[in-house]
Amino acid sequence: MSDLLKLSLDDVSAKLKGKEVSATELAQEAFAACQTAQPALNAFTAFDEEKTMAMAKAADERLARGEGGLLEGVPLAIKDLFAVKGVDTAASSNILKGFKPTYESTVTSKLWDAGAVFVAKTSMDEFAMGSSNETANTGPVVNPWKAEGSNESLTPGGSSGGSASAVAADLCFGATGTDTGGSIRQPASFTGTVGVKGTYGRTSRWGVVAFASSLDHPGPFAKTVKDSALLLQAMSGHDPKDSTSLPNDVPDFAAAVGQSVKGLKIGVPKEYRVDGMPAEIDEVWRQGIDWLKAAGCEIVDISLPHTKYALPAYYIVAPAEASSNLARYDGMRYGNRVDGKDLNDTYEQTRGAGFGHEVQRRIMIGTYVLSAGYYDAYYLRAQKVRTRILQDFHEAFDTVDAILTPSAPSAAFGLGTKSDDPISMYLNDVFTVTANLAGVPAMSVPAGLDKAGLPLGLQVITRALDEETMFKVGAALEDSAGFGAKAEKWW
Amino acid sequence: MSVTADDVRRIARLARLAEPEDRIDTLVGELNGILNWIEQLNEVDVEGVQAMTTPVAFPLPMREDEITDGGIRDQVLANAPKSDEGFFVVPKSVE
Repeated sequence: MSDLLKLSLDDVSAKLKGKEVSATELAQEAFAACQTAQPALNAFTAFDEEKTMAMAKAADERLARGEGGLLEGVPLAIKDLFAVKGVDTAASSNILKGFKPTYESTVTSKLWDAGAVFVAKTSMDEFAMGSSNETANTGPVVNPWKAEGSNESLTPGGSSGGSASAVAADLCFGATGTDTGGSIRQPASFTGTVGVKGTYGRTSRWGVVAFASSLDHPGPFAKTVKDSALLLQAMSGHDPKDSTSLPNDVPDFAAAVGQSVKGLKIGVPKEYRVDGMPAEIDEVWRQGIDWLKAAGCEIVDISLPHTKYALPAYYIVAPAEASSNLARYDGMRYGNRVDGKDLNDTYEQTRGAGFGHEVQRRIMIGTYVLSAGYYDAYYLRAQKVRTRILQDFHEAFDTVDAILTPSAPSAAFGLGTKSDDPISMYLNDVFTVTANLAGVPAMSVPAGLDKAGLPLGLQVITRALDEETMFKVGAALEDSAGFGAKAEKWW
Repeated sequence: MSVTADDVRRIARLARLAEPEDRIDTLVGELNGILNWIEQLNEVDVEGVQAMTTPVAFPLPMREDEITDGGIRDQVLANAPKSDEGFFVVPKSVE
């Protein structure tokens, strides 16, 4: 492998446009790097070399004519939740194993329209339900990072673990993810990458396998804040096929990167601390506050009093929506079928065999909280608590421009160490889930390493539709952190 | 509130999930763990609070009521577990 793959998306774009490298060469390198890493990292679920090379060739032709789009010739990996025409799309679930979409998701269409080149589908927790990528039907993904002096395999986080590992290991220049409770930002924090979700509705959900429709946010993983802005820009925009897609124009997100943060008010919420949180996370947060202060920001102590209720509310709303969304997997029109003794038995056997334990658990919770007599006590109450959480943000944003918090309550943990206790796994999302419930933009930026040499991220949250301030603050943190650390190559 | 083994069997039936008998006790424990943890939402004062519908309010989009898609039978059937002569093949549902 040459050093080309180590470049940022922005830098490699310049080389492509300057004809220093061809899209074909780059695609060959990325494809080979993904293949080489696959036995060790298990980050991918499907390849299509012919498609990759055809897309690269088309990109070269456009570049030769001087017509290149925003991402022309750049190889990207795509989470297995996005429909990519003709390529296996299974949401890392046995029930969809072998499913080949005859259509393309809106987000991936937009990426291809911008000139990007498909390189691989990435593994994820089954139906995006998990925080460690251990519920994938193809087995856990391994984080390229290891603790110093240890050979233990660590989780890349989840659910978008394959995308996070692929970007962290320099196998591609960016990847798509989806974030329903933290599934982009937590893996980004665990792998030293940048992970972003925009305002709810900024990116279309059409053609993305649905988990919890009012919480699902497609977004990018990238190596730098600027790359993430370029990717989000290409992915965003109104889509008539998604009724919750925002009609608003998409600003030039990348233009916000590098703008001064002087005079911005940054909120620091006192509730973003949990019992047993490593002191290093507090330290990196303190460090982030100091960096922004030095860059001319004013730091304001704020309170988001309903923070502790966000996760329990999420574990009503998300399973409820999932139980409805996943009702479509009945083994009749697509997906896999297990024949039973009659129609109902066929449904039950199909779903019992096709869904893994975590997915079944969440469908059961969702079915229970929506069942007759419980709707008001659970679902309706949770949606009201959600309003309270949104009000917390509204009040905070009356006085501050952005909020700074840690991205996750720990660094990457060992595979298998949390899988026995659902609630301890759910707590991974304690800092990220609030932004999903409120629909506001949020990103994780790598900020430092813990004592074991593992990456830690900081989260920036801004008002709905104000991704530009988020990118501005994110870039200021990136500048100050000077986070150049990379996992030492062992794969 | 907590669930019993019978509740779990009933929920599984409602959700059309075949749960083997030896999974029921595990599920009772897991579901009760989660439901007990969720109970803390009762501490929140939601008197007079509207249930959240959308984070960013905008008028529901309208479009012309016209056919914009269709005539793709083979694509629709392409991923069917069983199909025959342009139809989905499903188990008999009426005796």
